[in-house]
Amino acid sequence: MSSTLAANRPAYDGKTLDLTGKSGARAVKNTLATIFIVLAFVIALIPLLWILWTVVSKGYHLLLDANWWGQSQRGVTVRREGGGAYHAIMGTLIMALITAVIAVPIAILGAIYLVEYGKGTKAAKAVSFTVDILTGVPSIVAALFVYAVWITVFGFNRVGFAVSLSLVLLMLPVVLRSTEEMLKLVPDELREASYALGVPKWKTILKVVVPTAFGGIVTGVMLGLARVMGETAPLLILVGYSKNINLNPFDGFMGALPTMINQDRTELALQPAADRVWAAALTLILLVLLLNLLARVIARFSTIKSK
Amino acid sequence: MSTTDGTAPPDRPADDPADRKKVELGPVGHLGDRLFSGLAHTSGGLVVAIVAFVGIFLLALAIPSLAKNESSFLFSRIWEPGGNPPKFGIAALFYTTVISSIIAMVIAVPIAVGVALFTTYYAPKRLAAPVSHAIDLLAAVPSIIYGLWGILFFAPILRPVINGLSSALGWLPVFEKPIGDNVGVVFTASVVLAIMILPVVTAISREIFAQTPVTHREGALALGATRWEMIRMAVLPYGRSGVVSASMLGLGRALGETVAVLIILSVPNGNDPWDPSIFAGGETFASKIANNAAEFDSPEKTGAYIAAGLVLFVVTFLVNSAARVIVARSTPGGKRNRRIRRIGDKPKTEGATV
Repeated sequence: MSSTLAANRPAYDGKTLDLTGKSGARAVKNTLATIFIVLAFVIALIPLLWILWTVVSKGYHLLLDANWWGQSQRGVTVRREGGGAYHAIMGTLIMALITAVIAVPIAILGAIYLVEYGKGTKAAKAVSFTVDILTGVPSIVAALFVYAVWITVFGFNRVGFAVSLSLVLLMLPVVLRSTEEMLKLVPDELREASYALGVPKWKTILKVVVPTAFGGIVTGVMLGLARVMGETAPLLILVGYSKNINLNPFDGFMGALPTMINQDRTELALQPAADRVWAAALTLILLVLLLNLLARVIARFSTIKSK
Repeated sequence: MSTTDGTAPPDRPADDPADRKKVELGPVGHLGDRLFSGLAHTSGGLVVAIVAFVGIFLLALAIPSLAKNESSFLFSRIWEPGGNPPKFGIAALFYTTVISSIIAMVIAVPIAVGVALFTTYYAPKRLAAPVSHAIDLLAAVPSIIYGLWGILFFAPILRPVINGLSSALGWLPVFEKPIGDNVGVVFTASVVLAIMILPVVTAISREIFAQTPVTHREGALALGATRWEMIRMAVLPYGRSGVVSASMLGLGRALGETVAVLIILSVPNGNDPWDPSIFAGGETFASKIANNAAEFDSPEKTGAYIAAGLVLFVVTFLVNSAARVIVARSTPGGKRNRRIRRIGDKPKTEGATV
């Protein structure tokens, strides 16, 4: 068999059409590229592991102490050990919660507008464009804007609520975009079936479309919360740091985990301050990671099957 | 509506009124519909209004200060908004902001492309998803922690790199030898910024690379291409515009990053001559504003910082819209083929095909 084939084969020099092997240069290039790509991945992973290791190894021991979760820093100076992060954790949670309460309804309704009402219209394109702008707004600009309105124009004080207002600007586009993507995935057949049964549009949206996309919407909210919790710039500008427990976002300064880190970082040479910095950093990372993880778990169990 | 007054054009189908009746199934939910659609429209409008407000308010509060400003706002390097007369210019801030972000991009983009290629075409299928989740975790680390880690642990190991670069390229003013033993230099901030924007660029590049049509890839391989040649000939050209726009989004992030830069960069002494070297300290728009929040005591001074914030807003806006325009204009395979992205979904990775 092979001999007949060889006999029929036209004579050629074997170099011009050699498809069987790789030339040395090509093989070398391929190997170099593989090395670069694997190396890029390793390089990218190093800072992540390094940061996590630093924060965990330096911060974990304070977290094992019950006081960390239950006490504030009231009366604790940088040189003294003791106290906890209760005030900062509560401050972070309260401000994030207020942000969510304001941002989530606007974001979900805005996404409903884009997908269910405005689809394809010029107005919807304008809204979509401004959401894109909002996604790119740096947190310091959002903070400065709220400063301009809240403090310069209205003359209010620097309080936790002002921080929440600026965080709304940062959370809104995250939640809106993810909700929009989820609503787009809801099959039109579901909507049509609902309309065919005589259900009005608003009820279709509330009882059919939104529940179908619910998992994705919650995921977006979690990711949005995770984003705003770690923001520091608005805290620096819009509220002072307080070591005392203040649960009122409308009055007085308020502690938060990022500003707690910022407070003690200038005294890192002192062991108690350094301990608190890393413990607060670890607490913050844990909060943010928990939200991310939750988002991922919810997403896994509630993806819309499009077909 | 000409149909109601009986003067309908003769060519109109006669059953028109019947058609209209068919749609009107009764008054069920009319009020609810109107209310709900009103709410949705209001929310959409609110988003537009918020962005417009941001621009208008910043502008309105910046203008009085700019009017009193005695030096060129765009070209002066002096920053004394509290002086009499007030003098402030953004040239130095602009320089540091832009150069630190550009260096961050130069470092981050090749690595991000490498990581994206690794997860899409090199990593074993089983590993691809956890690997990309791990890189995404980088985005979950709050920026203040990047700043702390950067200045305390990362800056010292960058010192030999800085020394090497400055002795090799020191004849250029940008790479001039560092004065003293300063760790809080622009270069350090840039590298940390690069780490911070890495997950953004990686995530978008990964999505784009994964969309390369199988036929393109298999065609290249069938012609005898090596895996790298397949990537260079099929994947990279296909994903180029996506990578460019991803980089622009990363650049937008880097331009506006505040706290990490604030912690890392050492603020130069006011009396020192301005140093263009990336191995010196400096201030970006964001770090300047955050650093001086305590100075917002008079409307004039606040106005100067708001003017600086406005410039940052405009610059990030331009960069981000450029990214969107590139995406919209040259989405690979046209709009119809675009894979619908699911938030939080597993990235579509193809695993090793060779």
